[in-house]
Amino acid sequence: MRYGSTVAADGLDLTVERGTVTAILGPNGAGKTTTIETCEGYRSPQEGTVRVLGLDPVADARELRPRVGVMLQSGGAWSGVRPPEMLRHVASLHAHPLDPDALIERLGLDRSARTPFRRLSGGQQQRLGLAMAVVGRPELVFLDEPTAGLDPQARRATWDLVAELRDAGVTVVLTTHYMDEAEALSDVVHVVDAGRVIASGSPASLTAEGARNTVRFTASAGLDVADLMDALGHGTKVEEIEPGSYVVAGDVDPALVAGVTAWCARQGVLVQSVMVERQTLEDRFLDLTGRSLR
Amino acid sequence: MTHLDLSPRPGAASDGAMVRAQALMELRLLARNGEQLGITLVVPLLLLVAGTKAGSIVDLGEGRPIDILAPGVLALAVLSASFTSLAIATGFERRYGVLKRLGASPLPRWGLLAGKTLAVVVVEVVQVAVLAAVAFALGWQPDGGVSGWLWAAVLLVLGTTAFGSLGLLIAGSLRAEATLAVANLVYVLLLVGGGVLVPLERYPDGARAVLELLPSGALGQGLRDAFASGAPGLLPVLVLVVWSAVGATATARTFRWE
Repeated sequence: MRYGSTVAADGLDLTVERGTVTAILGPNGAGKTTTIETCEGYRSPQEGTVRVLGLDPVADARELRPRVGVMLQSGGAWSGVRPPEMLRHVASLHAHPLDPDALIERLGLDRSARTPFRRLSGGQQQRLGLAMAVVGRPELVFLDEPTAGLDPQARRATWDLVAELRDAGVTVVLTTHYMDEAEALSDVVHVVDAGRVIASGSPASLTAEGARNTVRFTASAGLDVADLMDALGHGTKVEEIEPGSYVVAGDVDPALVAGVTAWCARQGVLVQSVMVERQTLEDRFLDLTGRSLR
Repeated sequence: MTHLDLSPRPGAASDGAMVRAQALMELRLLARNGEQLGITLVVPLLLLVAGTKAGSIVDLGEGRPIDILAPGVLALAVLSASFTSLAIATGFERRYGVLKRLGASPLPRWGLLAGKTLAVVVVEVVQVAVLAAVAFALGWQPDGGVSGWLWAAVLLVLGTTAFGSLGLLIAGSLRAEATLAVANLVYVLLLVGGGVLVPLERYPDGARAVLELLPSGALGQGLRDAFASGAPGLLPVLVLVVWSAVGATATARTFRWE
């Protein structure tokens, strides 16, 4: 996808399994919204193909729209409309909608039932957008930054609803720039930067790949690190980074931690602390892009 | 916590149900916007009442002022409902992402258009009923008989199509604020000098030749002729048909939903 001379999404190749939650993770301007809006049928790709539930989002829009729920990044409602009114309207366009009032209550919007859309807080507008995406009981929902600007409770309510959607067999594709969100919600994460997918996989596999996991421990200074390395074997590296503070780098697993403490015990050394440091998705992202997320 | 059955059960409502829902929503929001209601009903009403004395202010020509004014006020009502109101509402719908959001719903584009049209027609029926009742109370005596009313209905449909498509043309291409300004400006300009209220023969020849070709002049004159003699001339009908075709084609080509 191109806007003028800017390539927003280029050779972006990804597939989503039914019944899973997929997160498209990337910094602002990475091409997340462009990608998702191409799937929603708002734009046609200049090159390549997009198939959603086996259909062309533009040519087969009529067939596809009832089956797909869409949450826009912002707006999407009349300025003077009240949340229950708006949701009832969207529900009335579907054949078997959820009860709009139950959904309003579930998302904590019942307290703002008389408030016009323009006076809702950003978080309330977001939740109404989420409600509009799911009220028609779709097979697939696209959520564009569903928790941007939400307070922690509202964020939790959104996470719970996404998890319930997945449990009910709904396929969810969401964009986010929050690492913890991608890690907590998704089965598959696609990391996007500058219009390209730079890594894909489960949150666990992404953090395990090229892992730089380490064990740090503190004990008395001047231990024989060469002997410890021999004891631990298979390419483990041990370093005393400052007196009494050691870093063990290698395949961090339960045996490695046990190996370290057992060796210390054999030396008659009391270990004062052991800490396993696992790489987070954020570390991995920094490795991949050299860029920081907000 | 309320249990919600989120398991997929997709499906669009029937076309009729969707169009009806859209029209009702539009009417509900219109009823909440006092200023829009004012422009669609109160302005024509004021002009009708005040205008019965206009014979002494503006020379409307031969005949009783009320008989000349009543058809013009009906034309003005159509202009405000199908052009000004529709353009402004649609412009802001585009701005607020309502059109974009509805574009992802099962409501097809023709359904959205049908819903809007239905809402405009309901408003116009109310306008015509109220304005005609007040006009009769003020002594309006249309001479066109049944054929005059039938032709009036045809002209109102043509006028709604022409002004509606022109309103959507503006709303679909300009920013919401620019649409607001242009729609109101055009309304005032046509009201004052567009041949809506004042019969075309009262204008100088040069102006008249232009006004005859405007949708406002054609609708105003067509309605005056229909109510006076039972049928409009051929020219106003043709002018409205051409404006409808041009407006609809241009709108279909240029309308941007975002």
